[in-house]
Amino acid sequence: MFDNLILLIGITLMYSTPLVFGALGGVISERSGVTNIGIEGMMVIGAISAASASYFTGNPWIGFLAAGICGALVALLHAVASVTFAADQTVSGVAINMLAPGLALFACRLFFDGAAMSPIATKLPKILGETGLAGTPFANLNVNVTTVLALLFTVIMWFVLYKTKWGLRIRAVGEHPAAADTLGIDVYRVRYACVLLSGMLAGFGGAAMTIAIISQFTQTAISGHGFIAMAAVIFGKWTPFGAYGACLLFGFTQALVIMLGGGNFVVPSQILSMLPYAMTIVVLILFVGRSVAPKADGVPYIKGSR
Amino acid sequence: MEASPDYAVQMHGILKTFGSFTALDRVDLDVRKQTVHAILGENGAGKTTLMNILYGLYQADEGEIFMSGNKVSITSPTEAIKHGIGMVHQHFMLVENFTVTENIILGDEVCGAAGVLDMAKARKEVMALVNEYGFDVDPDAKIEDITVGMQQRVEILKALYRGAEVLILDEPTAVLTPQEIEKLIEIMHDLIAKGKTIIIITHKLKEIMQSADECSIIRRGVYMGTVDVKNTSETELASKMVGRNVNLTVEKTPATPGDVVLSVRGLTVKDERGIEQVRNLSLDVHAGEIVGIAGIDGNGQQELVDAITNLVKAESGTITINGEQIQNTTPRNTFLHSIATIPSDRHRWGLVLPFAVSENTVLERHADEEFGAGLTLDYDKLRAYTTKLIEQFDIRPSGCEDERMSGLSGGNQQKAIIARMVSAAPNMLIAFQPTRGLDVGAIEFVHKTLIAERDRGAAILLISFELDEVMDVSDTIAVIYHGQITGTFAQGTVDENQLGLLMAGGEAK
Repeated sequence: MFDNLILLIGITLMYSTPLVFGALGGVISERSGVTNIGIEGMMVIGAISAASASYFTGNPWIGFLAAGICGALVALLHAVASVTFAADQTVSGVAINMLAPGLALFACRLFFDGAAMSPIATKLPKILGETGLAGTPFANLNVNVTTVLALLFTVIMWFVLYKTKWGLRIRAVGEHPAAADTLGIDVYRVRYACVLLSGMLAGFGGAAMTIAIISQFTQTAISGHGFIAMAAVIFGKWTPFGAYGACLLFGFTQALVIMLGGGNFVVPSQILSMLPYAMTIVVLILFVGRSVAPKADGVPYIKGSR
Repeated sequence: MEASPDYAVQMHGILKTFGSFTALDRVDLDVRKQTVHAILGENGAGKTTLMNILYGLYQADEGEIFMSGNKVSITSPTEAIKHGIGMVHQHFMLVENFTVTENIILGDEVCGAAGVLDMAKARKEVMALVNEYGFDVDPDAKIEDITVGMQQRVEILKALYRGAEVLILDEPTAVLTPQEIEKLIEIMHDLIAKGKTIIIITHKLKEIMQSADECSIIRRGVYMGTVDVKNTSETELASKMVGRNVNLTVEKTPATPGDVVLSVRGLTVKDERGIEQVRNLSLDVHAGEIVGIAGIDGNGQQELVDAITNLVKAESGTITINGEQIQNTTPRNTFLHSIATIPSDRHRWGLVLPFAVSENTVLERHADEEFGAGLTLDYDKLRAYTTKLIEQFDIRPSGCEDERMSGLSGGNQQKAIIARMVSAAPNMLIAFQPTRGLDVGAIEFVHKTLIAERDRGAAILLISFELDEVMDVSDTIAVIYHGQITGTFAQGTVDENQLGLLMAGGEAK
């Protein structure tokens, strides 16, 4: 029983980590007033970038950084479309979600002689090394270093958003961009920065999947994680800690799938696998419309119009 | 006029075009230091455009700006702020879920190392300002929780915090109660005494007479001159603004009310967030009577109208028209009971802007046999009908049947709505903010039409945020506060101050 509990906590933390990165990306972008449906696509790009860079350099940290950079590059597309050209942010995000898996597969086949998945890449370390706590009942709590990074980023984002002038400005731009503009704050620059940061975090999320949880890129490595992360943003009321908690909940359902699927449980595993997604839908039904989004979320800012 | 250090702001020969439209045609403005200078003009005359140029939001195509006799170039709000110019916009530029202090420091934050906010110090600085000017503002309150009058003072504090010497107030009284207006005028005079200069944009003549020293008039982008307020009258200002003589007083005979047409009993309506906006409200409107509802925006007026027109559900209570209950049915049912509505936002509810004028005139009645047979519309009949309305209501430009509605001016769009509503000879007419955004001439037309409808025997429910309008046009005045009618008076038995107190939630004396 105790072992199972520790295992459950370990798996929950493991599976929630990519979601946390994605959700933090969603929080920072939407707080500045740009809806980012493209988190999923940016995570996919992060996933392939991390696996490839780690495989070729042998250094998983370079893979992690590459994921952030490539995620930010994709986010740049979204920023140009939705901030500079005031395009529909949903359409732009959907376009990225359609583009990214194709691009990732193309890159994969290009790099790895036509293979649809990457070879095994070097993984990021666990916090206590590969053998830390081995043999003790707490072995499963030796989590990936990304899990700690995710929590650290959550704290940093909370601090930046609520305790610094940059955060005050980001929140003002997301609530009332015209007000910020009249006070000399460059709305476009703030939004660009936030969207790029959003892509970087989503890219890290992809990396947290392919070079921490599993150790290669596959076409299904990221399958809906970005959308679950977006649900976590809403469930978490657009706050870093709220989103973190929501991700833990979704990670927990994933852990349940694994725990129950492994035993002699009466429910078929195919049905169980639906649990995280079903949970997402339930949470969205219950919370969309109830929690209050930043007022200018999804509304392009055009100077001079009110 | 020469540039001189006696003037806080001088704008000379300002030209601004938007495409082929000339918004400002070489306008001059000379504002003496330590005075209140009003800029008067109709809607769309260009007064806000002129101020947006001064505040750096727009760039002039031609012209020069001087401050204290020195030529300046203002290319952004940041630069305007640096030159000591502050602007309070008509629609407040406040972040609703921020505190007063956060709003004031935004963009010019009080920080420790590495951009970390020092809120304690910021609060102290804000308090110092609040005390210096004697403003009644709580620095820790959230904007969404304070009154509109306080929000306006926060806007003024924002400008003062940035060291503004010249304050631009854009339509500052549009959303205030009479008491708040008085307080604002007091604040303005106090600021002048402390060395500031104030420019106020308005089309309200009474307030210019009360508060301003000088008044510059702009008509259709052209500067019409500056007058000394001491030596002028409201009528003179009005005719200068419009370019013809206007009748500022509403002329009407006493009402001869008939039977009750609309009867609302115990009505409660919630908004989409589940908050009660109309609370147990009761109201009667008789045939041949104009009942005016005075109140500040957001006290349940929208929900009341939406419930009568069946756009929202009533939680409880009844709405009866000529003895038949109509609550919680359909908008169509309201219309079929001969209730016509002039909505508060003509673009949102009244018109389909991309449709032709003729299509817009039959929005409710397109299915009538008069305009078609079976599945098709008879466009010839539709056009002929519209031509009749255009002539009858003087909708301009004449011959606009096939023009898009969006091509008409605001006043003519409003005429089109009124024509459509009135031509059906309704038993009941609801006029919600019927003169919103209209100029003096168009307002005169709307008021005359309302009174003519009353004399025809229609019951009229007038809901307006303009207290003067309610007082001038209504036969019976009711005050709405927090979703309840807090007082009902016959016209002439109540003054502005009593109504203002009730509108702000106080007790009438």
